[in-house]
Amino acid sequence: MLSYILRRIVATLPVMAIVALFVFSLLYIAPGDPAVVIAGDQASPEDVERIRQSLGLDRPFLIQFGSWVWRLMHGDLGTSIFTNLPVSTMIGQRLGPTLSLMVITLLLTILVAVPLGVVAAWKAGSFIDRAIMGFAVFGFSLPVFVVGYMLAYIFALELEWLPVQGYTPLNQGFWPWLQNLILPAIALGCVYIALVARITRAAMLEVLQQDYVRTAKAKGLGQGGILFIHALKNAAVPIVTVIGIGIALLIGGAVVTESVFAIPGLGRLTIDAILRRDYPVIQGIVLLFSFVYVLVNLMIDVTYTLVDPRIRY
Amino acid sequence: MDRRTVLKGLAGASGLALTGGLSAPAIAQGAAARTLRFVPQANLANFDPIWGTQYVVRNAAAMVWDTLYGIDSSFQPQRQMVESEEVTDDGTTWTFKLRSGLKFHDGEPVRSKDVVASLSRWAARDPMGLMLKAIQQELTAVDDRTFKWVLKQPFPKLLYALAKNNSPCAFIMPERIAQTDPFKQISDYIGSGPMKFVAGEWVPGAKAVFEKFADYAPRQEKASWLAGGKQILLDRIEWVIMPDPATAAAALQNGEIDWWENPIADLVPVLKKNKNINVDIGDPLGNIGSFRMNFLYPPFNDVRARRAVLMAMSQEDYMRALVGDDDSLWKPLPGFFTPDTPLYTEMGGEVLKGKRDLDAAKKLLAESGYSGQPVTCLVAQDQPITKAMGDVTADLLKKLGMNVDFVATDWGTVGSRRAQKTPPGQGGWNMFHTWHAGADCINPAPYTAIRANGDKAWFGWPTSAGTEKEVTSWFEAKNLDEEKAAIGRLNKAAMDDVVYAPTGFFLTYTAWRKNVSGVTKGPLPFFWGVTKTA
Repeated sequence: MLSYILRRIVATLPVMAIVALFVFSLLYIAPGDPAVVIAGDQASPEDVERIRQSLGLDRPFLIQFGSWVWRLMHGDLGTSIFTNLPVSTMIGQRLGPTLSLMVITLLLTILVAVPLGVVAAWKAGSFIDRAIMGFAVFGFSLPVFVVGYMLAYIFALELEWLPVQGYTPLNQGFWPWLQNLILPAIALGCVYIALVARITRAAMLEVLQQDYVRTAKAKGLGQGGILFIHALKNAAVPIVTVIGIGIALLIGGAVVTESVFAIPGLGRLTIDAILRRDYPVIQGIVLLFSFVYVLVNLMIDVTYTLVDPRIRY
Repeated sequence: MDRRTVLKGLAGASGLALTGGLSAPAIAQGAAARTLRFVPQANLANFDPIWGTQYVVRNAAAMVWDTLYGIDSSFQPQRQMVESEEVTDDGTTWTFKLRSGLKFHDGEPVRSKDVVASLSRWAARDPMGLMLKAIQQELTAVDDRTFKWVLKQPFPKLLYALAKNNSPCAFIMPERIAQTDPFKQISDYIGSGPMKFVAGEWVPGAKAVFEKFADYAPRQEKASWLAGGKQILLDRIEWVIMPDPATAAAALQNGEIDWWENPIADLVPVLKKNKNINVDIGDPLGNIGSFRMNFLYPPFNDVRARRAVLMAMSQEDYMRALVGDDDSLWKPLPGFFTPDTPLYTEMGGEVLKGKRDLDAAKKLLAESGYSGQPVTCLVAQDQPITKAMGDVTADLLKKLGMNVDFVATDWGTVGSRRAQKTPPGQGGWNMFHTWHAGADCINPAPYTAIRANGDKAWFGWPTSAGTEKEVTSWFEAKNLDEEKAAIGRLNKAAMDDVVYAPTGFFLTYTAWRKNVSGVTKGPLPFFWGVTKTA
């Protein structure tokens, strides 16, 4: 399996190369000019041109791309056009908040969505099932920012239980860290919970029809044991797959969630960089997201061996 | 590899995380006593006030770097770092002496050589600086506290140039920093002002931190805008960047922030209802809304087409689209200069007054030869101001019978496309919307948008010999009466030739919690004199 993992990691290189070329080309042809933004409204065309030259943006595409790839091969993501800070530093500053938000959201999703899906399958056709699925449709349909504003209004402004915005690093205490993430994680997790709950229900419904479940019932095993130990384990492969694929949803949702709750994460960095045409930062973030996505897929494949010992690589 | 191996691997990874492998960066710190949390108008994306001329950079820089002179609330330049100045009778040689005890944040004294380097860098980027550079004979340090500026001809507005609050300001930096190419960004932020920039805590797009500089030597006079004694009564000021206005409003109500520079009009009623929050006009100089027409291509290369648009447009429509029903937030502006400032005039502005005459405007447009060709109108949708004005303009042009090619895009694209001189169908444009800070429109010195020197003018490249003649008259004016006369003529010429279309004058609010005091009105947020109680 180790060789499988290594092969998969090596296989990410051409994927990353294609992503890099695609992103670079897209940004090259996209309208907008960072030199104009930097120079400001009062600048003359000559000023803008001098800034463009100093940033190397006047060079031909191939030279710019080659120079970027060369630096990339040396582990240098470049320097932000606007902040003059290394892109790796900027990403490093923002990684903690986004990672924290995603981890909490992921945990919340698994802890809420999987039991909901299991119960809905167990009580299929009942009021409970319809209520859970109704909640799932509701959660799936509500935009993240609407949920975010509602939560902030109720739990921060009215009840004053949690802060409206911001982020506190974990090294400043577990509760300060967590309390800033509860509302954003719920807002971000709504869609994700709805998705995973529906998939869990569907997978469980199929498994609950299997002979061995009937046998377990006939043997007199308790309902909890049948559902969560025997059935859920066998329904886990599609659930794990959806959880993994949903990471992309989380990355997309984090952009909005981080703006609504003023969390200084990668999502906000992405938006800021795009609006300012900060090319090195955009390229660095897209590469990182692509890498994370490839890595998550690898982890899903490895996780299959945990939930189903019959799977070997 | 099987399941057990994977489980072992995961256990190892978890251990790494718990022992600090995933330690978070220090982004926030506990709220210390005498810390003010401020939400600025925009993200502090860079911190070089000469290289990047955005107002948010200027506002932050005003805390960190001091100036030789400072503009006060009556628009007069006052001595700031300078102790005294002498000028020869012919007005060409200026000798300045610095105050004693001035220090940079690294403890080094401020010397004349620092000033010379700083002014040289500033003069390479600032419009008034460029004018000075063009007539400069020499700028030299005489001794550590004295420097001399010799010009080939008098420049009556010299002190104003050094004091003005328009970006870029003539901030004084250490020589080693000021020697940076003005078209390259600095990376060392040692300042000369009352606050230090804490670069280690700077997270662009999220947070910027400033701490009191204990060795700053404020003047003894009362502070007035950028002039006078800049007494800092706080230990620390944290700028918290909040892109979402609703979040900023909620955070202010919840006491998570202390001061929000520019709440949007829609949220102001909510803030006004909160007994813990003060809301007032922030910058009395406000803003002037505008759209510019491209002088290079039909239909707006014909002055009759431009005048037709002015005849038909209603500034009230634009302002209501911008600020809603709050009448205290806007004024009609039949001119180009900031209302309630010494040079304000309405001379020549009749075309914007009274009932709008759509029929006469249509007739004039037809006389200009307009025959239905598309009018490419650039509208940035990510800026509430331009979006609102763009919608009104589209409606106006349609009423005039024009064929509108409405380009809904973002500000970055407008910024790039408006510089294109190609025909509208080939990547160029006919119209775009923007706005100007009122502080930039109090006189022609910082007012790039009013210039009408054709190819060298701002986007739209207006040509108006009368306007340019009066700009020169203003620069040469020796007293306020002469200045006023020149500005009156300038306003009329610019209106006759429609250098651009002013859509009205509008103000914005600022909001702060009631435990904060000392907030003053001005063209930028001033932190000197501001205090906070628990």
